[in-house]
Amino acid sequence: MAMLSFERKYRVRGGTLLGGDLFDFWVGPLYVGFFGVTTAFFAAIGTLLIIWGAAIGPTWNIWQINIAPPDLKYGLGMAPLREGGLWQLITICAIGAFVSWALREVEICRKLGIGFHVPFAFSFAILAYVTLEVIRPFLLGAWGHGFPYGIFSHLDWVSNTGYQYLHFHYNPAHMIAVSFFFTTTLALSLHGGLILSASNPRKGDAMKTNEHENTYFRDTIGYSIGALAIHRLGLFLAISAVFWSAVCIVISGPFWTRGWPEWWGWWLNLPVWN
Amino acid sequence: MKSDTFSSTVQRAREAGLVIAAFGMVCAISGCERPPVESLQGGYRGLAMTTLINPRSDAAIAAKNQVPAVIPAASPDGPLASTVYSNVRVLKDLNVAEFTRVMLAMTQWVAPPDQSCSYCHTSDMSSDDKYTKVVARRMIQMVRHINTHWKDHVGKTGVTCYTCHRGNVVPQQVWFTDPGRSNTSGFIAGNAGQNAPAKSVGITSLPYDPFTHYLLTDDNTLRVISNDALPDGNRASTKSAEETYGLMIHISEALGVNCTYCHNTRSFAAWDASTPKRTTAYYGIRMVRDINTDYLVPLTPTFPAHRLGILGDVGKVNCATCHQGVFKPLYGESILKDYPELAGEMHHEPPPPAPPPTASLAH
Repeated sequence: MAMLSFERKYRVRGGTLLGGDLFDFWVGPLYVGFFGVTTAFFAAIGTLLIIWGAAIGPTWNIWQINIAPPDLKYGLGMAPLREGGLWQLITICAIGAFVSWALREVEICRKLGIGFHVPFAFSFAILAYVTLEVIRPFLLGAWGHGFPYGIFSHLDWVSNTGYQYLHFHYNPAHMIAVSFFFTTTLALSLHGGLILSASNPRKGDAMKTNEHENTYFRDTIGYSIGALAIHRLGLFLAISAVFWSAVCIVISGPFWTRGWPEWWGWWLNLPVWN
Repeated sequence: MKSDTFSSTVQRAREAGLVIAAFGMVCAISGCERPPVESLQGGYRGLAMTTLINPRSDAAIAAKNQVPAVIPAASPDGPLASTVYSNVRVLKDLNVAEFTRVMLAMTQWVAPPDQSCSYCHTSDMSSDDKYTKVVARRMIQMVRHINTHWKDHVGKTGVTCYTCHRGNVVPQQVWFTDPGRSNTSGFIAGNAGQNAPAKSVGITSLPYDPFTHYLLTDDNTLRVISNDALPDGNRASTKSAEETYGLMIHISEALGVNCTYCHNTRSFAAWDASTPKRTTAYYGIRMVRDINTDYLVPLTPTFPAHRLGILGDVGKVNCATCHQGVFKPLYGESILKDYPELAGEMHHEPPPPAPPPTASLAH
């Protein structure tokens, strides 16, 4: 596997969180590490369990394969394999694989002596998943409140869960999350557009640099956030979107059982205009 | 120096931000409930057709939905009330004891305690001088009609005066046509009957009077979803879709349930994916239309002006009139079983079975 000339310099041993030198080596371009092995282990077991679940299910139609969580009657206990137990094991494998991957990222950061921004960002994606499949079901008292594994079936879950609160767009945290998602895409497209425009001048012209980029936004909106800070902003917007998504679903049920429109009663009842 | 000023400005902005954030959190949390909550599974596992109940929020509703004490049953013997009293036009099938018992019950369920019998009767008990008596007579016919012809909705539980009245002379939850609001200035002449946080539609911005449209006529434009892919010819507008949604939110709020109580939201229209409860609601919508058009609207001239709405229309019923926040009125407790006088005509051959509804469930 080809390696850039300087890469070898950074391929250093050490910096592991667990296991010392165990698995502290590379396979081609990929760092393995203890958590690489656990990632592969959990991912393989989980995928095989999904395939087994499909095999004992009624269809091989990729859209309709559905591995559902247990009935609510099982509460926070284990369910028989064919009645949601499989879902429970797959959930454990998924969390094992996701967390292993994040820790593998941490180990690579430690080897390189860089900040932990990437695993920090990824951990928000894990947080969202764990909120949906573990924290919220735990607060509601049954694993059956988690979403099922299936392309259509998880969409049905999303739709029905939303309509349990009559109109999910009135969920205040959902409003914030959606705003952050849109802002993320806006910021990324502005940034991407700016970089491409600066690096693609008229034929024969030299590529432009920071000064041009900053001047463009100063001329347009009076302010340029700058080359480094746009990435800070991007990280903030993206993890905020995911964080508020997790908030909006964890409050739906455990902290509010009625329609979300009704929640705004406190606003309508403020003494200012009531 | 300049940078000091700048950093103190930043510091103040941060503090202000924290105060605003803290205020927001307090507002948000004070608006919320706390776990644990109860949940009922309504469909296949993982489908999330779940009903969530917060027992603390529910306790207040439960307290309002208690059944009143039953008046001891009447003797089946004795002369018919119609032979003893004059001007008995509806309860001709009851004997004196049964007739008196119904009068007593209505006093308990409807009339104000300080007026009792005199709320409807003058000193000449047979007189129809008070409008309340004329209305009450029609309401008794309505109750018997519901209990005999709308079993598809009320089942064996049935209804009595108490189902709606709950001790009030006018049931607490009735509706009048809302004329909407018009602006005297500005670009927009009116709000087109929407975009106000209206209680009738669960304080959403949806059209706030879906009742005039859908609960007064057999208007099936309620169905806005097309029946096939790539539809053409579906004339339903966005506003009529929102009006449908408004009525559905009313039903949800009136019953204290969510959309998935009746529907699998993958397809609201599909009957084969809906729960059996949707069938009960289907008949309920038609029952409400029947009550409004055949019993309440014809009483409009009988009522005095102060009982009428802003457009001079009579108070009408919707789902909340009976349900009052509960999936089955009074949690399904039957008062009717103790008051056979209101179930239909007594001491006669049972009435012929209700004809099957002609409307098809499929569309």
